[in-house]
Amino acid sequence: MKRAELPIFERVPEGTQPPYLYPDYRSSVKRAPTRPLISLQPTFSERSGPVFGHAPVAETDSDLTAQHSGAPIGERIVVSGRVLDEDGRPVRGALIEVWQANAAGRYRHKNDQHAAPLDANFTGWGRALSDAEGRYKFLTIKPGAYPWANHHNAWRPAHIHFSLFGSGLLSRLVTQMYFPGDPLLAFDPIYNGVPDEGARRRLISLFDWEHTTPDHALGYRFDIVLRGRNATPAEK
Amino acid sequence: MSEIPTPSQTAGPFFSIGLERMCEEIAAAARSEVGAVTVRGRVLDGDGAAVPDALLEAWIPGEAGEFARAATNEKGEFAFLIMRRGASHLAMVIFMRGLLRHLVTRMYFPGGAPNENDEVLRLVPEERRGTLFAVAVPGQPDAFEWTVRLQGENETVFFDV
Repeated sequence: MKRAELPIFERVPEGTQPPYLYPDYRSSVKRAPTRPLISLQPTFSERSGPVFGHAPVAETDSDLTAQHSGAPIGERIVVSGRVLDEDGRPVRGALIEVWQANAAGRYRHKNDQHAAPLDANFTGWGRALSDAEGRYKFLTIKPGAYPWANHHNAWRPAHIHFSLFGSGLLSRLVTQMYFPGDPLLAFDPIYNGVPDEGARRRLISLFDWEHTTPDHALGYRFDIVLRGRNATPAEK
Repeated sequence: MSEIPTPSQTAGPFFSIGLERMCEEIAAAARSEVGAVTVRGRVLDGDGAAVPDALLEAWIPGEAGEFARAATNEKGEFAFLIMRRGASHLAMVIFMRGLLRHLVTRMYFPGGAPNENDEVLRLVPEERRGTLFAVAVPGQPDAFEWTVRLQGENETVFFDV
């Protein structure tokens, strides 16, 4: 883990990140801080961060359909995109970890009690490193929607969880990728916890002909912008 | 060109599927190193109840840098090993179901005069500074305990950066 060149971090624009307390998301009520946060200028501790460019990531880690003896059930999809900084420049060597429910909307986790079948051929785990252009790619199956206990008849829209490390601790991001046209998005307090509509829409992937492979898989594109700017000025 | 950063979303209750493998890889590497310190503790919610689905990440900057990741168990307990290398504090980020974005805080090691001049600690009202300090475990020179209280009288100090 080598320290990368330290990026510059500015405040995120108002409303583009969700608040801690968001009562529509019920479990925020007992977990969100109640005292005011203490405002901090980023120091060395926050501007630097772990870099995983040499992490033992295997090529097969990004193929969630090939981790067992058989093929998982579901609609095969290619999820790809670029990891960029706030200047739109590629973030290289970003470690991306993903997890998701199976096609039936069930997670391989002991606390998931949803009465939908597990799939012996699907773990729902993957990871990848972005390349020199910030590009990444996963092959997986489309996750199913599933019910949760937040409110009466609550259903999570289909989503894939993403965790990313960029060049500084403040680039750290855990988020969720959604699918275009999902009618459940309008009712989802997690998605709607982001106040700014433009920022919120960044969470919805785009259908992607370019990565749709004939007779095999549909493509979805999900570009991710991490906080931070390279200290050397952009050429644009 | 200025891009709006992608918004954060909760890690949810099932993050271990995605993030546990690296917990294990990092822990295995740390166990093989001489001189790692153990940090353990609990994460508690506004009712003082254990948070069984939190993920903590610790970072010590430096030439190589040190990183640790640990999830809480059913009792809200976590433990991780990290090479301290003389660091005064750990930069911490904490994820969990219920939080749409992660928390940013610090864990300071107890004792030592350098903390009095720490630029970040000085921003924290004196009566709340204690929430950022781990305590040494008696009889175990390389072990520290730190409790994260999300709410309540001794609510841990969290930062906006």
